[in-house]
Amino acid sequence: MLRRLLALIRKELQIVLGNPKSRGMLILPVVLQVLLFPFAATMEVRNATLAVYNQDAGSASVELIQRLGRTAAFSSVKMVHSEPELRQAIESQEALLAVAFPSDFSRRMLAGQSAPLQTVIDGRRSNSGQIASAYVTQVVSGYALERGAPAASALAVRNIYNPNLHSMWHVLPSLVAIITTIGCLFVTALSVAREREEGTFDQLLVSPLTPIYIMIGKAVPGILIALVQGLFIAGAAAWGFRVPFTGSPVVLVAGILCYGMALAGIGLFISSICMTQQQAFFGVFTFMSPAILLSGYVGPIENMPLLLRGLAWINPLTHTILIVKGVFLKGFGFAQAWPHLWPLLAIALCTLSAALAMFRRHIA
Amino acid sequence: MSRISGRRLLALCRKESYQIVRDPSNILIAFVLPVMLLFLYGFAINLDVSLVRIGVLRLDDGPAAVSFEQQLQGTPAFEIHHGPSLQALQGSMARGEIRGLVVIQSDFSARWLHGRNAAIQVLTDGSEPNTANFVSSYVQGAWQKWQEARAGLADGRPVPGLELRPRAWYNPATVSRDYLVPGSIAVVMTVIGALLTSLVVAREWERGTMEALLATPVTAAELLLSKILPYYLLGMVAMVLCTGGAVLLMGVPFRGSFLVLAVSSTLFLGAALGFGLFLSTVLRNQFNAAQAALTAGFLPAMMLSGFVFEIGSMPWPLRLLTRLFPARYFTSSLQTLFQAGTVPSIILPNDLCLALLMVFWLTLTARKTTRTLD
Repeated sequence: MLRRLLALIRKELQIVLGNPKSRGMLILPVVLQVLLFPFAATMEVRNATLAVYNQDAGSASVELIQRLGRTAAFSSVKMVHSEPELRQAIESQEALLAVAFPSDFSRRMLAGQSAPLQTVIDGRRSNSGQIASAYVTQVVSGYALERGAPAASALAVRNIYNPNLHSMWHVLPSLVAIITTIGCLFVTALSVAREREEGTFDQLLVSPLTPIYIMIGKAVPGILIALVQGLFIAGAAAWGFRVPFTGSPVVLVAGILCYGMALAGIGLFISSICMTQQQAFFGVFTFMSPAILLSGYVGPIENMPLLLRGLAWINPLTHTILIVKGVFLKGFGFAQAWPHLWPLLAIALCTLSAALAMFRRHIA
Repeated sequence: MSRISGRRLLALCRKESYQIVRDPSNILIAFVLPVMLLFLYGFAINLDVSLVRIGVLRLDDGPAAVSFEQQLQGTPAFEIHHGPSLQALQGSMARGEIRGLVVIQSDFSARWLHGRNAAIQVLTDGSEPNTANFVSSYVQGAWQKWQEARAGLADGRPVPGLELRPRAWYNPATVSRDYLVPGSIAVVMTVIGALLTSLVVAREWERGTMEALLATPVTAAELLLSKILPYYLLGMVAMVLCTGGAVLLMGVPFRGSFLVLAVSSTLFLGAALGFGLFLSTVLRNQFNAAQAALTAGFLPAMMLSGFVFEIGSMPWPLRLLTRLFPARYFTSSLQTLFQAGTVPSIILPNDLCLALLMVFWLTLTARKTTRTLD
């Protein structure tokens, strides 16, 4: 029986890897995504344009404008000379942020009075605008401190796991899980659907293989592909992008394996209820895009309404991202990863048995 | 390209429409998925971090320390967790239960009385950089407020200083939903435009029905148009659904002109459909075409369109690359149309680029189509 199973696995792998175009489709997108997305997926603000409307003739505003122009967030400062011009700069998205100095700004500063400073951000990009606005606040309060204003003393903040808050350290471990999702789901979901479309699934059903063997034979190639892709991206992250790898490699492999099993179950389940490859493809997509959104990668899970937080918890991607991130940044060993490993295993068990039940129904 | 016969085109369009309507997976992608995605972008993705869980460890029983802890507790953005020891709280942070940790050292009150630097340590979970930034700026804010209140208590008048008055135009309450939802419409439209069509020609090749079509008097132009028109209609219906859902159900403001929206959507759909059909025509295999549409259509629409991640902050080669994807122009137009209104200096260049991309992909597809038919 084991020999038959191995033959089936070999056949499945040959279908996926035998054709150079299909092989390319499993490799090329992964390489492209690893090369591009870590640079794209950043919440930092750089190279933005700052619009300045300076009605003040004093030295304080000039000094502040120079300091703002030197920050990494703003690569250029655009001087505007009227209220409509300022509006125009924001409206046409020429500037992300505008600062307006009132005419008595320097005088009030010198006199030790409270000096108001108006900032305007483009609400169409309010997240970036708020981040840029925080940079401005830093510069302004730094300046105020030097001028001896009784501003608040600064606090010592230390960011552990990621001292300089590199967004790549957050993005790359998450990508390990996300990109793996795409490859594994496609291979497993399209495999049964393709056989049904081509009529070879019935041949498989009348072969001496029992449903559980057919399922294992279809699941193993997907899990293998998930493992290879996941480890490739993890390697690229650790060696290519120099993201610190502080945890246990064994836990990483275990996490990806469990995730691969959960995905294979989902892929095979979708596949078994679909008649055509198109349906399987759309089914995968309908599962995958909400799964990515609910994984905590784009927006934090804590901010979701209760119902969606529940959905996020039964989402295998959520747990996988936490495990991979933990292994990279937080030094996870088996004990720390267990609270996320057992839900993954449970989810894998559920999805695989659902797929098996569907396979059995086909035979009955 | 040869002549177009209205009767044949109509017949082909009818055949294509039946195929769309009869397969439930098309309805899933065209109507169910958009509604689901819109809902998730509206309610699940909240970048404004309204509530963060932080741990507070107070090692000092002095009145100043107690009052600062109260200040933290009174900050609506914080949900305070207490722990027996630093180790225990750091453990909660490793498990992701709290995102930040404020330690008020044992000599806090004494140092505060003598006007020396405050003995407070703030630790944040750097594995979530965005949240970590919010934690440190919220704690900083609470600290500043507390100091001002203390100074105010001491000499009875407010402290002078620099005062920033931030304002956000178009989105005064800075609700991330208001700009994420319009941006997500571009993603949904990419799915309908590029993903649905990436399969249609490849399917005919795989099933062998393409040969049957080739044997009929159908011309290449008719064939191409029959693949475009039904999907264009489907896309526009989904667009109406998305816009209606965003404005009526989620309360996202729409300040532009619907006519301009329709024009931009048409151009975008043209570009996306052209791209999907091109993949389908060239790859002739559903698995490959689907993978390619996902990689070159859907993922760039999410990552490189500027709807979550700011294009200006990317390195220049990537900034250049974003210009190749129609989603970038459509996202920008949608955000402006929804929040700011019809701003010609933004909409016109975007529409022009979309039109160019549309012509480019459709021409390329048309050329490939004629060649395979000959």
